[in-house]
Amino acid sequence: MASKNNQNQDKAYLEMTEKASPNSPIVKNCIKVFLIGGLICAFGELLFYLYGKCGFDEETVKSLVPTTIIAITAILTGVGLFDDIAKHAGAGTLVPITGFANSVVSPAMEFQTEGRILGTGAKMFAIAGPVIVYGCGTATLYGVIYFICSLF
Amino acid sequence: MAKRQGRFVLKLENKPRIIASAAVVGPKEGQGPHSADFDHCHTDDYVGQESWEMAESVIHKDAIQRAIEKAGLTPLDIDMVFAGDLLDQEIASTLGLRELNIPYVGLFGACSTMALGLGLASLMADTSAANYAIASTSSHFCSAEKQFRYPLAYGAQRSPTAQRTVTGAGAAVISSNGQKGTPYVDSILLGRIRDLGIKDAANMGAAMAPAAATTIIDFMHDTGTTADDYDLILTGDLGMVGTTLLRELMATRENMDISKVHNDCGIMIFDMEKQDVHAGASGCGCSAAILCSYILSELKKGNLKNVLFVGTGALMSPTLNQQGETIPSIAHAVLIRND
Repeated sequence: MASKNNQNQDKAYLEMTEKASPNSPIVKNCIKVFLIGGLICAFGELLFYLYGKCGFDEETVKSLVPTTIIAITAILTGVGLFDDIAKHAGAGTLVPITGFANSVVSPAMEFQTEGRILGTGAKMFAIAGPVIVYGCGTATLYGVIYFICSLF
Repeated sequence: MAKRQGRFVLKLENKPRIIASAAVVGPKEGQGPHSADFDHCHTDDYVGQESWEMAESVIHKDAIQRAIEKAGLTPLDIDMVFAGDLLDQEIASTLGLRELNIPYVGLFGACSTMALGLGLASLMADTSAANYAIASTSSHFCSAEKQFRYPLAYGAQRSPTAQRTVTGAGAAVISSNGQKGTPYVDSILLGRIRDLGIKDAANMGAAMAPAAATTIIDFMHDTGTTADDYDLILTGDLGMVGTTLLRELMATRENMDISKVHNDCGIMIFDMEKQDVHAGASGCGCSAAILCSYILSELKKGNLKNVLFVGTGALMSPTLNQQGETIPSIAHAVLIRND
């Protein structure tokens, strides 16, 4: 929504601000994102291979791999290491399931002081909530399209 | 008695004096270039408390108590306190002052609150409405992150224009009849809200710079002064981006170069190269901690004789920001002298 009430938008000043504000180091960030994100995915592949070797069937392995990564993320978030990694990794840790796990665990920890119900319980999905809402929405839409296509 | 000088400046003719001050900060600030100037640097962000909010209130109370003690007074001697912080309902100030039994005024001016409080406390002392009045503010990195941004353990990247909220508090005791040789408040200016259309909550310096420029220009016009008339024009806290913009605005609007006498608390409190604080520092506690330690001490020693302290605040509401509204800002000025 645009700012309807404010008539003060000063274009010259906004341009001045643009010039004075340093941009994020995009190339450096992209390289870090690519390497760390890739490393997480490679680790997933390794887990996939190892769980397969342990004799689990493929369906079970598909559940075990993300569960393991979620557990590791939750522990790293809990001991305060995840945000130090994410500071460098950016989308590299945000896009894989690590980002989702971190976004649930971190508010759950932060709002403990307001109690289990109104704190942890209510605030746990404050960041992940939109992902769930629009994720489920998109999945439903996809399901409908899939259903219609399957009729022909 | 206070007299209006020009359109906006209030000249305090009875020279209310800042007889004592104290600053208490957190661990990161304690590793900064001014660590030796602070009265106490905590090593634990929680300060032994169970929540960030309680931790901030303890730091706030500590700064006030230390300032009162340094003035050789007790809380019973204080006639009123003007206090503020960044948290909803000013809870750090309220909880901090709960047990001190001092008549209390809670202020909100975001990061400009120390200048606002100092101005009002001085005005009260000038009119003898208070023999002793206190101005104090606090902020805490963790409580501010929790209220305004993300949980601490959330893996977010900060923008290079973002400023880090200072964990710290400062308090100053102003007396209606302090001794000669202590710094006094010569005049004050209450700022006007300025908003040139900045929406980016991660670029508060840019939102505040126009307010700082307006206040400084108003002050100079009313007092017939220029940058050369000050030892220091101290803004708090514009950070790197806001500082660049303020200097540019002063150059384009007034054709005045303030860079030789200007410094910013948001740049001073941290080591900008080593401490990974992006565009610098912010928060009510930032300018309060720098003013109530290093600056007032330099004024007392006579190394600085007249300092125009300009507290700048981005009056930002997360709700209005989400509604797409721009960020209104304000700057209040206090001229502190010692001669």
